[in-house]
Amino acid sequence: MSKIMKVTVPEMPPLEREMIALRIANMLEDGSYVNLGIGIPTLVSNWIEGRDIILQSEIGMLKCGPLAEEGEHDQDLINASCQFVRDMPGTSYFNVETSFAMIRGGRMDVAVLGALQVSARGDLAGWNNPARGLGKTGNIGGSMDLAVGAKKLIVAMEHVTPAGHPKILEACTYPLTAKGCVDVIVTNYALIEVTPKGLLLKEAIPGVSAEDVQKMTAAPLIIAEDFHEMEL
Amino acid sequence: MDKVYPSPEAAIEDIPDGAVIAFGSFFTAGKPTALTRALAKKGIRNLTVVAQQVGTGNEEMLELVVNGQIKKAICNYPFPRSASKGAQHPFEQAVRSGKIELEIYPIGTFVEKLRCAGAGIPAFYTAAGVGTVVAEGKEVRVFNGIEYLLELARPVDFAFVHAWKGDHEGNLVYRFTAQNYNNAMAMAGKVTIAEVETLVETGELDPNFIHTPGIFVKRVVETGKPEFSQSLV
Repeated sequence: MSKIMKVTVPEMPPLEREMIALRIANMLEDGSYVNLGIGIPTLVSNWIEGRDIILQSEIGMLKCGPLAEEGEHDQDLINASCQFVRDMPGTSYFNVETSFAMIRGGRMDVAVLGALQVSARGDLAGWNNPARGLGKTGNIGGSMDLAVGAKKLIVAMEHVTPAGHPKILEACTYPLTAKGCVDVIVTNYALIEVTPKGLLLKEAIPGVSAEDVQKMTAAPLIIAEDFHEMEL
Repeated sequence: MDKVYPSPEAAIEDIPDGAVIAFGSFFTAGKPTALTRALAKKGIRNLTVVAQQVGTGNEEMLELVVNGQIKKAICNYPFPRSASKGAQHPFEQAVRSGKIELEIYPIGTFVEKLRCAGAGIPAFYTAAGVGTVVAEGKEVRVFNGIEYLLELARPVDFAFVHAWKGDHEGNLVYRFTAQNYNNAMAMAGKVTIAEVETLVETGELDPNFIHTPGIFVKRVVETGKPEFSQSLV
């Protein structure tokens, strides 16, 4: 287990997971192809209805629709998280080799992934929590492919672990998904960009200062010139 | 040409102990249910299975685990998502106790290993996995300033695939997201066995919309639509 010190979180209540997803949805540009990972990233889909954003599902589906209602479940129509979904006008189905040609071939404009840890250099650790005790095995799924293949990688996660340990560190201590792949981190307290100079703190939720965010972050933050309150 | 076998049992009769077998399906979608059940009944052992997951969303493969038929598994998302469910799961328990050896890959690498095996390509380079445990012991080469890993093709002795419709010559059509790994596995198999929900006469499938051409399929068996699988992931 990690020997990292516990951190102090501000008294201000953090964002709900749905609100982290909303902040990310607001960053997505119309006309983009987007892949959403499991967890908070999946919630982004709730905020893009009516937008010109096409979701890809690794299982082999482009223009993946919303979750299917009870009673219209079809065994042959699921997303990569094994949830029943619906098609939309313009949906296409294809095999997994084609699906990952899209991902590895650089066609995915944005991938949104969850994370266990992110480093100051943008390394991502998200597939293997050593606490589970599975050694060098675990569920990689499509995470390594997305991390290296997507044009832009946004991490959606809680700022600290439930036990109070920081998840943004100088260097990851958990097994890596990929090195230097993260572009933006959106947490329940802040929005941070990974830049060649280091982590750039751009936004914090109302009532939380840059100093508060630094206290929860085990890597130095550069405060952006236009650092401001997160708007939702 | 007629590749139709009368039953799943007949279609798998010659599979020996120690065979390497690929199983189509992405969780519950596109599972070769009947062929997997026949394999469990046959009871052959020391199998190497190539599948996204073993027993998550797929209780038929779980039976192979419980029967002790599997020696090694090659996967990309082997375990239940939740740690607590995993601790109760026979496959995870078998891996933890060393009864089953496990090899893991990112999905893109996993499926490309199969596709390449079917396409006569012995190995390929990919950026996925560089700088991670996946890269251990593998050659790294730089192209255009970026590091890539050398990964080998993964031919399989037998491939079990599930299709919506198939004809007597082995042409296959899949339905929605049940397509998933079935085509790459059909290509990788030295002997590919397709279970089809509906067998049609040769010439009935629209040649413009065939997903897997019959040359990749050696045997076809009609098994009907499998019962709705409620298994959780």
